[in-house]
Amino acid sequence: MRASFVFSEVVTGLRRNITMTIAMIITTAISLLLLGGGLLVVRMIDNTKELYQDKVEVNIYLTNDVSASDKECRADPCRGLRSQLESDPAVERVEFENRDQAYERFKRIFEAQPELVKLARPEALPSSFNVRLKDPDRPEVIIQTYKGKAGVDSIGDQSQFLDRFFSALNGVRNATFFIAGVMAVAALLLISNTVQLSAFTRRTEVGIMRLVGATRWYTQLPFLLEAVVTGIVGALVAIAMLVGAKLAFLDDVLAQPIKSGVVKSVEAGDLAFVSPILLLIAIVISAFTGYITLRLYVRT
Amino acid sequence: MIRLEQVSKVYKTSTRPALENVSVQVDKGEFVFLIGPSGSGKSTFLRLLLREEVPSKGRVYVANFDLTRMARRRVPRLRQSIGCVFQDFRLLANKTVAENVAFALEVIGKPRHTIKKVVPEVLELVGLEGKAERMPHELSGGEQQRVAIARAFVNRPLMLLADEPTGNLDPDTSQDIMLLLERINRTGTTVLMATHDHSIVDSMRRRVVELDLGRVVRDDARGVYGVGR
Repeated sequence: MRASFVFSEVVTGLRRNITMTIAMIITTAISLLLLGGGLLVVRMIDNTKELYQDKVEVNIYLTNDVSASDKECRADPCRGLRSQLESDPAVERVEFENRDQAYERFKRIFEAQPELVKLARPEALPSSFNVRLKDPDRPEVIIQTYKGKAGVDSIGDQSQFLDRFFSALNGVRNATFFIAGVMAVAALLLISNTVQLSAFTRRTEVGIMRLVGATRWYTQLPFLLEAVVTGIVGALVAIAMLVGAKLAFLDDVLAQPIKSGVVKSVEAGDLAFVSPILLLIAIVISAFTGYITLRLYVRT
Repeated sequence: MIRLEQVSKVYKTSTRPALENVSVQVDKGEFVFLIGPSGSGKSTFLRLLLREEVPSKGRVYVANFDLTRMARRRVPRLRQSIGCVFQDFRLLANKTVAENVAFALEVIGKPRHTIKKVVPEVLELVGLEGKAERMPHELSGGEQQRVAIARAFVNRPLMLLADEPTGNLDPDTSQDIMLLLERINRTGTTVLMATHDHSIVDSMRRRVVELDLGRVVRDDARGVYGVGR
Protein backbone atom coordinates (compact mmCIF):
# COMPACT_ATOMS: atom_id res chain seq x y z
CA MET A 1 0.00 0.00 0.00
CA ARG A 2 1.46 3.30 -1.08
CA ALA A 3 0.67 5.73 1.71
CA SER A 4 1.63 8.85 -0.23
CA PHE A 5 -0.74 7.93 -3.03
CA VAL A 6 -3.68 7.33 -0.73
CA PHE A 7 -2.90 10.49 1.19
CA SER A 8 -2.81 12.70 -1.88
CA GLU A 9 -6.10 11.18 -3.05
CA VAL A 10 -7.65 12.06 0.30
CA VAL A 11 -6.45 15.66 0.16
CA THR A 12 -7.69 16.05 -3.42
CA GLY A 13 -11.05 14.59 -2.52
CA LEU A 14 -11.53 16.86 0.46
CA ARG A 15 -10.54 19.95 -1.47
CA ARG A 16 -12.81 19.12 -4.34
CA ASN A 17 -15.88 18.92 -2.11
CA ILE A 18 -14.78 21.73 0.14
CA THR A 19 -18.27 23.05 0.97
CA MET A 20 -19.51 19.58 1.79
CA THR A 21 -16.39 18.96 3.85
CA ILE A 22 -16.98 22.12 5.88
CA ALA A 23 -20.63 21.26 6.47
CA MET A 24 -19.56 17.82 7.61
CA ILE A 25 -16.95 19.21 9.99
CA ILE A 26 -19.41 21.71 11.48
CA THR A 27 -22.18 19.21 12.14
CA THR A 28 -19.75 16.66 13.49
CA ALA A 29 -18.16 19.29 15.71
CA ILE A 30 -21.48 20.53 17.11
CA SER A 31 -22.72 17.04 17.73
CA LEU A 32 -19.52 16.11 19.53
CA LEU A 33 -19.48 19.42 21.39
CA LEU A 34 -22.88 18.65 22.85
CA LEU A 35 -21.88 15.11 23.63
CA GLY A 36 -18.73 16.41 25.28
CA GLY A 37 -20.77 18.95 27.23
CA GLY A 38 -23.05 16.18 28.42
CA LEU A 39 -20.08 14.07 29.47
CA LEU A 40 -18.63 17.03 31.35
CA VAL A 41 -21.91 17.48 33.21
CA VAL A 42 -21.71 13.81 34.17
CA ARG A 43 -18.20 14.37 35.46
CA MET A 44 -19.33 17.45 37.32
CA ILE A 45 -22.18 15.57 38.96
CA ASP A 46 -19.82 12.83 40.06
CA ASN A 47 -17.25 15.27 41.41
CA THR A 48 -19.86 17.33 43.19
CA LYS A 49 -21.44 14.25 44.70
CA GLU A 50 -18.08 13.29 46.07
CA LEU A 51 -17.74 16.76 47.46
CA TYR A 52 -20.98 16.38 49.39
CA GLN A 53 -20.69 12.73 50.18
CA ASP A 54 -19.06 13.15 53.58
CA LYS A 55 -20.80 16.38 54.44
CA VAL A 56 -24.40 15.38 54.16
CA GLU A 57 -26.06 15.31 57.54
CA VAL A 58 -29.46 14.63 58.96
CA ASN A 59 -30.55 17.31 61.38
CA ILE A 60 -32.86 16.30 64.18
CA TYR A 61 -34.41 19.51 65.50
CA LEU A 62 -35.67 19.46 69.08
CA THR A 63 -38.89 21.03 70.29
CA ASN A 64 -38.96 24.56 71.54
CA ASP A 65 -39.30 23.73 75.24
CA VAL A 66 -36.44 21.21 75.15
CA SER A 67 -34.33 23.79 73.31
CA ALA A 68 -35.10 26.38 75.97
CA SER A 69 -34.81 24.27 79.13
CA ASP A 70 -32.00 21.81 78.44
CA LYS A 71 -29.02 23.63 76.95
CA GLU A 72 -26.48 21.01 77.96
CA CYS A 73 -28.58 17.98 77.05
CA ARG A 74 -28.42 16.59 80.54
CA ALA A 75 -32.00 15.47 80.98
CA ASP A 76 -34.44 13.31 79.14
CA PRO A 77 -35.70 13.33 76.47
CA CYS A 78 -32.55 14.96 75.10
CA ARG A 79 -30.11 12.73 76.93
CA GLY A 80 -32.02 9.59 75.95
CA LEU A 81 -32.08 10.65 72.30
CA ARG A 82 -28.37 11.30 72.35
CA SER A 83 -27.44 7.92 73.79
CA GLN A 84 -29.81 6.18 71.41
CA LEU A 85 -28.23 7.96 68.46
CA GLU A 86 -24.73 7.25 69.67
CA SER A 87 -25.44 3.53 69.85
CA ASP A 88 -27.34 3.47 66.55
CA PRO A 89 -25.40 1.27 64.05
CA ALA A 90 -26.39 3.54 61.13
CA VAL A 91 -24.86 6.58 62.73
CA GLU A 92 -21.26 7.55 62.37
CA ARG A 93 -21.12 10.65 64.51
CA VAL A 94 -23.52 12.77 66.50
CA GLU A 95 -23.05 16.38 67.48
CA PHE A 96 -25.33 18.26 69.80
CA GLU A 97 -25.82 21.91 69.00
CA ASN A 98 -27.79 24.05 71.43
CA ARG A 99 -29.61 27.18 70.38
CA ASP A 100 -26.79 29.51 71.46
CA GLN A 101 -24.36 27.64 69.26
CA ALA A 102 -26.92 27.61 66.46
CA TYR A 103 -27.26 31.34 66.81
CA GLU A 104 -23.49 31.78 66.61
CA ARG A 105 -23.40 29.72 63.46
CA PHE A 106 -26.31 31.66 62.03
CA LYS A 107 -24.47 34.90 62.65
CA ARG A 108 -21.40 33.51 60.97
CA ILE A 109 -23.28 32.34 57.87
CA PHE A 110 -25.12 35.60 57.43
CA GLU A 111 -22.27 37.88 58.33
CA ALA A 112 -22.77 39.73 55.08
CA GLN A 113 -26.41 40.54 55.90
CA PRO A 114 -26.36 42.26 59.31
CA GLU A 115 -30.01 43.28 59.07
CA LEU A 116 -30.95 39.61 58.93
CA VAL A 117 -28.79 38.85 61.95
CA LYS A 118 -30.36 41.76 63.80
CA LEU A 119 -33.81 40.33 63.21
CA ALA A 120 -32.91 36.85 64.45
CA ARG A 121 -33.14 35.89 68.11
CA PRO A 122 -31.53 32.83 69.68
CA GLU A 123 -34.98 31.86 70.92
CA ALA A 124 -36.14 31.35 67.35
CA LEU A 125 -33.54 28.69 66.69
CA PRO A 126 -33.94 25.13 67.95
CA SER A 127 -31.29 22.89 69.45
CA SER A 128 -30.43 20.00 67.19
CA PHE A 129 -28.51 16.78 66.74
CA ASN A 130 -26.38 16.91 63.63
CA VAL A 131 -26.11 13.31 62.61
CA ARG A 132 -23.58 12.04 60.13
CA LEU A 133 -24.56 8.71 58.62
CA LYS A 134 -22.39 5.74 57.82
CA ASP A 135 -24.30 5.46 54.52
CA PRO A 136 -25.21 8.98 53.41
CA ASP A 137 -27.55 7.61 50.75
CA ARG A 138 -29.98 6.14 53.29
CA PRO A 139 -31.21 8.93 55.54
CA GLU A 140 -34.72 7.41 55.72
CA VAL A 141 -33.52 4.90 58.35
CA ILE A 142 -32.86 7.68 60.83
CA ILE A 143 -35.91 9.68 59.83
CA GLN A 144 -38.23 6.73 60.42
CA THR A 145 -36.70 5.83 63.77
CA TYR A 146 -36.70 9.26 65.33
CA LYS A 147 -39.68 10.96 63.79
CA GLY A 148 -42.35 11.77 66.38
CA LYS A 149 -40.24 10.79 69.37
CA ALA A 150 -40.61 12.85 72.48
CA GLY A 151 -38.62 16.05 72.23
CA VAL A 152 -38.18 15.79 68.44
CA ASP A 153 -39.76 18.61 66.52
CA SER A 154 -38.72 17.86 62.97
CA ILE A 155 -36.02 16.14 60.99
CA GLY A 156 -34.20 17.90 58.18
CA ASP A 157 -32.71 15.85 55.43
CA GLN A 158 -30.06 17.69 53.42
CA SER A 159 -29.85 14.92 50.86
CA GLN A 160 -33.39 15.75 49.73
CA PHE A 161 -32.24 19.15 48.62
CA LEU A 162 -29.18 17.63 46.96
CA ASP A 163 -31.34 15.15 45.11
CA ARG A 164 -33.27 18.00 43.58
CA PHE A 165 -30.04 19.75 42.68
CA PHE A 166 -28.65 16.64 41.03
CA SER A 167 -31.84 15.85 39.19
CA ALA A 168 -31.65 19.32 37.64
CA LEU A 169 -28.09 18.57 36.53
CA ASN A 170 -29.22 15.19 35.22
CA GLY A 171 -31.89 16.95 33.21
CA VAL A 172 -29.29 19.22 31.66
CA ARG A 173 -27.19 16.17 30.86
CA ASN A 174 -30.09 14.30 29.24
CA ALA A 175 -31.03 17.32 27.16
CA THR A 176 -27.51 17.73 25.81
CA PHE A 177 -27.28 14.03 25.08
CA PHE A 178 -30.57 14.16 23.23
CA ILE A 179 -29.56 17.10 21.07
CA ALA A 180 -26.17 15.50 20.53
CA GLY A 181 -27.97 12.40 19.28
CA VAL A 182 -30.11 14.36 16.84
CA MET A 183 -27.07 16.23 15.57
CA ALA A 184 -25.24 12.94 15.25
CA VAL A 185 -27.92 11.66 12.89
CA ALA A 186 -27.48 14.78 10.77
CA ALA A 187 -23.72 14.32 10.83
CA LEU A 188 -24.11 10.67 9.87
CA LEU A 189 -26.29 11.47 6.86
CA LEU A 190 -23.87 14.18 5.79
CA ILE A 191 -20.93 11.82 6.01
CA SER A 192 -22.79 9.25 3.95
CA ASN A 193 -23.81 11.88 1.41
CA THR A 194 -20.30 13.26 1.13
CA VAL A 195 -18.80 9.84 0.59
CA GLN A 196 -21.29 9.21 -2.21
CA LEU A 197 -20.62 12.59 -3.75
CA SER A 198 -16.91 12.05 -3.48
CA ALA A 199 -17.16 8.66 -5.11
CA PHE A 200 -19.30 10.12 -7.86
CA THR A 201 -16.95 13.00 -8.67
CA ARG A 202 -14.12 10.52 -8.91
CA ARG A 203 -15.93 7.81 -10.82
CA THR A 204 -13.48 8.07 -13.73
CA GLU A 205 -10.53 7.45 -11.44
CA VAL A 206 -12.34 4.66 -9.66
CA GLY A 207 -13.33 3.13 -13.00
CA ILE A 208 -9.73 3.11 -14.16
CA MET A 209 -8.54 1.77 -10.84
CA ARG A 210 -10.93 -1.16 -11.05
CA LEU A 211 -9.96 -1.79 -14.64
CA VAL A 212 -6.24 -1.98 -14.00
CA GLY A 213 -6.81 -4.31 -11.07
CA ALA A 214 -6.56 -2.14 -8.00
CA THR A 215 -7.80 -3.92 -4.91
CA ARG A 216 -10.83 -2.78 -2.97
CA TRP A 217 -8.58 -1.23 -0.37
CA TYR A 218 -6.95 1.00 -2.93
CA THR A 219 -10.20 2.11 -4.51
CA GLN A 220 -12.11 2.63 -1.30
CA LEU A 221 -9.60 3.58 1.34
CA PRO A 222 -9.32 7.20 0.12
CA PHE A 223 -13.07 7.70 0.56
CA LEU A 224 -13.04 6.04 3.93
CA LEU A 225 -10.11 8.14 5.07
CA GLU A 226 -11.80 11.30 3.84
CA ALA A 227 -14.70 10.56 6.15
CA VAL A 228 -12.38 9.72 9.02
CA VAL A 229 -10.22 12.82 8.50
CA THR A 230 -13.26 15.10 8.58
CA GLY A 231 -14.47 13.23 11.63
CA ILE A 232 -11.15 13.85 13.37
CA VAL A 233 -11.11 17.51 12.39
CA GLY A 234 -14.68 17.81 13.67
CA ALA A 235 -13.66 16.24 16.96
CA LEU A 236 -10.68 18.57 17.28
CA VAL A 237 -12.91 21.57 16.64
CA ALA A 238 -15.34 20.29 19.27
CA ILE A 239 -12.53 19.85 21.79
CA ALA A 240 -11.21 23.32 21.04
CA MET A 241 -14.70 24.73 21.58
CA LEU A 242 -15.01 22.90 24.91
CA VAL A 243 -11.67 24.28 26.09
CA GLY A 244 -12.66 27.72 24.83
CA ALA A 245 -16.01 27.51 26.60
CA LYS A 246 -14.29 26.59 29.85
CA LEU A 247 -11.77 29.41 29.65
CA ALA A 248 -14.07 32.06 28.24
CA PHE A 249 -17.12 31.77 30.41
CA LEU A 250 -17.65 28.58 32.38
CA ASP A 251 -14.89 29.46 34.83
CA ASP A 252 -16.35 32.97 35.26
CA VAL A 253 -19.96 31.93 35.62
CA LEU A 254 -19.20 29.23 38.13
CA ALA A 255 -16.47 31.14 39.97
CA GLN A 256 -18.74 32.07 42.90
CA PRO A 257 -20.34 28.66 43.53
CA ILE A 258 -16.98 26.96 43.07
CA LYS A 259 -15.30 29.17 45.63
CA SER A 260 -17.98 28.56 48.20
CA GLY A 261 -17.75 24.84 47.51
CA VAL A 262 -21.25 24.35 46.12
CA VAL A 263 -20.12 22.70 42.90
CA LYS A 264 -16.89 21.34 41.56
CA SER A 265 -15.46 23.19 38.61
CA VAL A 266 -14.68 21.62 35.23
CA GLU A 267 -11.01 20.84 35.51
CA ALA A 268 -8.43 20.42 32.79
CA GLY A 269 -8.39 16.79 33.85
CA ASP A 270 -12.08 16.44 32.97
CA LEU A 271 -11.38 17.79 29.50
CA ALA A 272 -8.46 15.42 29.17
CA PHE A 273 -10.84 12.61 30.08
CA VAL A 274 -13.55 13.65 27.62
CA SER A 275 -11.37 14.60 24.62
CA PRO A 276 -10.07 11.13 23.70
CA ILE A 277 -13.61 9.77 24.02
CA LEU A 278 -14.88 12.34 21.53
CA LEU A 279 -12.00 11.64 19.18
CA LEU A 280 -12.57 7.90 19.33
CA ILE A 281 -16.31 8.23 18.75
CA ALA A 282 -15.68 10.51 15.77
CA ILE A 283 -13.28 8.04 14.20
CA VAL A 284 -15.44 4.98 14.79
CA ILE A 285 -18.66 6.59 13.58
CA SER A 286 -17.18 8.20 10.46
CA ALA A 287 -15.30 5.06 9.48
CA PHE A 288 -18.36 2.91 10.04
CA THR A 289 -20.66 5.25 8.10
CA GLY A 290 -18.16 5.55 5.28
CA TYR A 291 -17.76 1.80 5.07
CA ILE A 292 -21.49 1.09 5.03
CA THR A 293 -22.06 3.78 2.41
CA LEU A 294 -19.38 2.36 0.16
CA ARG A 295 -20.84 -1.12 0.50
CA LEU A 296 -24.34 0.05 -0.29
CA TYR A 297 -23.86 2.65 -2.96
CA VAL A 298 -20.49 2.33 -4.62
CA ARG A 299 -19.78 -0.51 -7.02
CA THR A 300 -16.50 -2.21 -6.61
CA MET B 1 -5.30 -17.56 -23.24
CA ILE B 2 -9.05 -17.04 -23.68
CA ARG B 3 -11.58 -19.80 -23.79
CA LEU B 4 -15.35 -19.42 -23.82
CA GLU B 5 -17.33 -22.64 -23.61
CA GLN B 6 -20.96 -22.44 -24.68
CA VAL B 7 -21.40 -19.12 -23.01
CA SER B 8 -24.78 -17.46 -22.79
CA LYS B 9 -25.51 -14.17 -21.14
CA VAL B 10 -28.99 -12.90 -20.44
CA TYR B 11 -29.50 -9.50 -18.86
CA LYS B 12 -32.41 -9.20 -16.49
CA THR B 13 -33.80 -6.22 -18.36
CA SER B 14 -33.78 -7.89 -21.74
CA THR B 15 -35.72 -10.79 -23.21
CA ARG B 16 -33.15 -11.62 -25.91
CA PRO B 17 -29.82 -13.02 -24.72
CA ALA B 18 -26.84 -10.73 -25.30
CA LEU B 19 -24.72 -13.80 -26.04
CA GLU B 20 -26.04 -17.20 -26.96
CA ASN B 21 -24.03 -20.39 -26.88
CA VAL B 22 -20.74 -18.75 -27.77
CA SER B 23 -17.61 -20.89 -27.91
CA VAL B 24 -14.35 -19.19 -28.84
CA GLN B 25 -10.74 -19.99 -28.12
CA VAL B 26 -7.90 -17.52 -28.52
CA ASP B 27 -4.31 -18.68 -28.11
CA LYS B 28 -1.45 -16.80 -26.61
CA GLY B 29 0.04 -14.20 -28.95
CA GLU B 30 -2.91 -14.08 -31.32
CA PHE B 31 -4.33 -10.90 -32.82
CA VAL B 32 -8.11 -11.16 -33.10
CA PHE B 33 -10.74 -8.77 -34.43
CA LEU B 34 -14.17 -9.01 -32.87
CA ILE B 35 -16.67 -7.53 -35.29
CA GLY B 36 -20.39 -7.19 -35.63
CA PRO B 37 -23.06 -4.50 -35.62
CA SER B 38 -24.08 -2.58 -32.51
CA GLY B 39 -25.95 -4.81 -30.14
CA SER B 40 -24.33 -7.95 -31.48
CA GLY B 41 -22.76 -8.71 -28.10
CA LYS B 42 -19.19 -7.42 -28.55
CA SER B 43 -19.26 -5.34 -25.39
CA THR B 44 -20.74 -8.19 -23.37
CA PHE B 45 -17.99 -10.42 -24.73
CA LEU B 46 -15.32 -8.04 -23.47
CA ARG B 47 -17.05 -7.47 -20.14
CA LEU B 48 -17.13 -11.20 -19.53
CA LEU B 49 -13.38 -11.41 -20.06
CA LEU B 50 -12.85 -8.66 -17.47
CA ARG B 51 -15.35 -10.30 -15.15
CA GLU B 52 -17.45 -7.18 -15.11
CA GLU B 53 -20.19 -9.70 -15.82
CA VAL B 54 -20.56 -13.38 -15.12
CA PRO B 55 -22.11 -15.66 -17.75
CA SER B 56 -25.63 -16.96 -17.26
CA LYS B 57 -24.49 -20.27 -18.70
CA GLY B 58 -21.21 -21.81 -19.79
CA ARG B 59 -17.64 -21.22 -18.72
CA VAL B 60 -15.10 -18.47 -19.26
CA TYR B 61 -11.35 -19.01 -18.87
CA VAL B 62 -8.80 -16.22 -19.13
CA ALA B 63 -5.09 -16.78 -18.57
CA ASN B 64 -5.63 -19.89 -16.44
CA PHE B 65 -8.31 -18.20 -14.37
CA ASP B 66 -11.68 -19.86 -14.26
CA LEU B 67 -13.81 -16.72 -14.23
CA THR B 68 -17.05 -18.51 -13.49
CA ARG B 69 -15.72 -19.81 -10.20
CA MET B 70 -13.48 -16.95 -9.29
CA ALA B 71 -13.76 -15.35 -5.85
CA ARG B 72 -14.39 -11.63 -5.90
CA ARG B 73 -11.21 -10.81 -4.09
CA ARG B 74 -9.17 -12.43 -6.85
CA VAL B 75 -10.68 -10.31 -9.61
CA PRO B 76 -8.01 -7.56 -9.24
CA ARG B 77 -5.34 -10.17 -9.95
CA LEU B 78 -7.10 -11.10 -13.20
CA ARG B 79 -7.47 -7.50 -14.28
CA GLN B 80 -3.81 -6.82 -13.62
CA SER B 81 -3.02 -9.29 -16.35
CA ILE B 82 -5.35 -7.56 -18.85
CA GLY B 83 -4.81 -4.15 -20.44
CA CYS B 84 -7.80 -2.14 -21.65
CA VAL B 85 -8.19 0.56 -24.27
CA PHE B 86 -11.42 2.35 -25.15
CA GLN B 87 -12.87 4.52 -27.86
CA ASP B 88 -13.07 7.50 -25.49
CA PHE B 89 -9.49 7.13 -24.13
CA ARG B 90 -10.58 7.59 -20.48
CA LEU B 91 -7.61 9.64 -19.41
CA LEU B 92 -7.59 11.65 -16.20
CA ALA B 93 -7.83 15.28 -17.29
CA ASN B 94 -6.04 16.67 -14.25
CA LYS B 95 -2.95 14.48 -14.59
CA THR B 96 -0.08 14.74 -17.02
CA VAL B 97 0.70 12.06 -19.58
CA ALA B 98 3.32 10.48 -17.32
CA GLU B 99 1.04 10.69 -14.29
CA ASN B 100 -1.79 9.04 -16.21
CA VAL B 101 0.44 6.11 -17.05
CA ALA B 102 1.97 5.99 -13.58
CA PHE B 103 -1.52 5.98 -12.04
CA ALA B 104 -2.15 2.46 -13.31
CA LEU B 105 0.91 1.24 -11.44
CA GLU B 106 0.42 3.34 -8.32
CA VAL B 107 -3.03 1.96 -7.66
CA ILE B 108 -1.81 -1.62 -7.76
CA GLY B 109 0.92 -0.77 -5.30
CA LYS B 110 4.03 -0.90 -7.50
CA PRO B 111 7.11 0.59 -5.84
CA ARG B 112 8.09 4.08 -6.87
CA HIS B 113 11.47 3.22 -8.33
CA THR B 114 9.82 0.70 -10.67
CA ILE B 115 7.32 3.31 -11.80
CA LYS B 116 10.10 5.81 -12.43
CA LYS B 117 11.85 3.32 -14.63
CA VAL B 118 9.03 1.78 -16.67
CA VAL B 119 6.89 4.84 -17.40
CA PRO B 120 9.47 6.53 -19.68
CA GLU B 121 10.14 3.19 -21.33
CA VAL B 122 6.53 2.61 -22.27
CA LEU B 123 6.09 6.23 -23.37
CA GLU B 124 8.98 5.73 -25.74
CA LEU B 125 7.42 2.51 -26.99
CA VAL B 126 4.20 4.31 -27.94
CA GLY B 127 6.11 7.23 -29.44
CA LEU B 128 5.35 9.87 -26.84
CA GLU B 129 8.85 10.52 -25.56
CA GLY B 130 9.15 14.26 -24.85
CA LYS B 131 5.44 14.64 -24.14
CA ALA B 132 5.48 13.17 -20.66
CA GLU B 133 4.62 16.46 -18.95
CA ARG B 134 1.79 17.46 -21.30
CA MET B 135 -1.80 17.48 -20.14
CA PRO B 136 -4.28 15.29 -22.07
CA HIS B 137 -6.17 18.28 -23.50
CA GLU B 138 -2.95 19.50 -25.11
CA LEU B 139 -2.70 16.33 -27.17
CA SER B 140 -4.36 15.21 -30.40
CA GLY B 141 -6.83 12.33 -30.35
CA GLY B 142 -4.23 9.93 -31.68
CA GLU B 143 -1.74 10.99 -29.04
CA GLN B 144 -4.34 10.61 -26.31
CA GLN B 145 -5.06 7.08 -27.49
CA ARG B 146 -1.33 6.37 -27.36
CA VAL B 147 -1.32 7.48 -23.74
CA ALA B 148 -4.22 5.13 -23.08
CA ILE B 149 -2.37 2.29 -24.77
CA ALA B 150 0.76 3.10 -22.75
CA ARG B 151 -1.31 2.95 -19.59
CA ALA B 152 -2.85 -0.37 -20.63
CA PHE B 153 0.51 -1.85 -21.51
CA VAL B 154 2.77 -0.45 -18.81
CA ASN B 155 2.18 -3.37 -16.48
CA ARG B 156 3.05 -5.78 -19.31
CA PRO B 157 -0.31 -7.57 -19.42
CA LEU B 158 -0.71 -10.95 -21.04
CA MET B 159 -3.57 -9.62 -23.05
CA LEU B 160 -4.80 -6.32 -24.43
CA LEU B 161 -8.51 -5.67 -24.93
CA ALA B 162 -9.33 -2.79 -27.23
CA ASP B 163 -12.93 -1.65 -27.56
CA GLU B 164 -13.13 0.30 -30.83
CA PRO B 165 -9.84 2.08 -30.17
CA THR B 166 -9.96 3.86 -33.53
CA GLY B 167 -13.63 4.85 -33.30
CA ASN B 168 -12.84 8.50 -32.65
CA LEU B 169 -9.84 8.81 -34.94
CA ASP B 170 -9.29 9.71 -38.59
CA PRO B 171 -8.06 6.95 -40.97
CA ASP B 172 -4.39 7.99 -40.92
CA THR B 173 -4.24 8.22 -37.17
CA SER B 174 -6.13 4.93 -36.94
CA GLN B 175 -3.46 3.34 -39.08
CA ASP B 176 -0.77 4.57 -36.67
CA ILE B 177 -2.65 3.16 -33.72
CA MET B 178 -2.98 -0.19 -35.52
CA LEU B 179 0.76 -0.25 -36.11
CA LEU B 180 1.27 0.34 -32.42
CA LEU B 181 -1.12 -2.49 -31.51
CA GLU B 182 0.72 -4.75 -33.92
CA ARG B 183 4.00 -3.88 -32.30
CA ILE B 184 2.54 -4.73 -28.91
CA ASN B 185 1.21 -7.97 -30.34
CA ARG B 186 4.73 -8.85 -31.54
CA THR B 187 5.97 -8.68 -27.94
CA GLY B 188 3.83 -11.78 -27.35
CA THR B 189 0.80 -9.96 -25.99
CA THR B 190 -2.53 -11.32 -27.08
CA VAL B 191 -4.63 -8.56 -28.64
CA LEU B 192 -8.40 -8.69 -28.91
CA MET B 193 -9.94 -5.71 -30.66
CA ALA B 194 -13.62 -4.99 -31.11
CA THR B 195 -14.19 -2.74 -34.10
CA HIS B 196 -16.50 -1.46 -36.82
CA ASP B 197 -13.68 -0.29 -39.03
CA HIS B 198 -13.84 -2.19 -42.36
CA SER B 199 -10.65 -0.85 -43.83
CA ILE B 200 -8.54 -1.75 -40.83
CA VAL B 201 -9.83 -5.29 -40.66
CA ASP B 202 -9.45 -5.72 -44.39
CA SER B 203 -5.90 -4.40 -44.49
CA MET B 204 -4.61 -6.35 -41.51
CA ARG B 205 -5.75 -9.80 -42.59
CA ARG B 206 -5.90 -11.23 -39.10
CA ARG B 207 -8.29 -13.59 -37.42
CA VAL B 208 -11.85 -12.29 -37.44
CA VAL B 209 -14.62 -13.41 -35.10
CA GLU B 210 -17.99 -12.01 -36.12
CA LEU B 211 -20.93 -11.78 -33.79
CA ASP B 212 -24.52 -11.21 -34.78
CA LEU B 213 -27.43 -11.12 -32.35
CA GLY B 214 -25.24 -12.76 -29.73
CA ARG B 215 -24.08 -15.69 -31.85
CA VAL B 216 -20.75 -16.36 -33.51
CA VAL B 217 -21.55 -16.31 -37.21
CA ARG B 218 -17.99 -16.42 -38.53
CA ASP B 219 -14.49 -17.25 -37.32
CA ASP B 220 -11.87 -16.83 -40.06
CA ALA B 221 -8.17 -17.27 -39.43
CA ARG B 222 -7.27 -14.54 -41.97
CA GLY B 223 -10.50 -12.72 -42.54
CA VAL B 224 -11.88 -9.51 -43.92
CA TYR B 225 -14.69 -7.39 -42.48
CA GLY B 226 -17.36 -8.88 -44.64
CA VAL B 227 -17.86 -10.14 -48.10
CA GLY B 228 -20.41 -8.29 -50.17
CA ARG B 229 -21.29 -5.75 -47.52
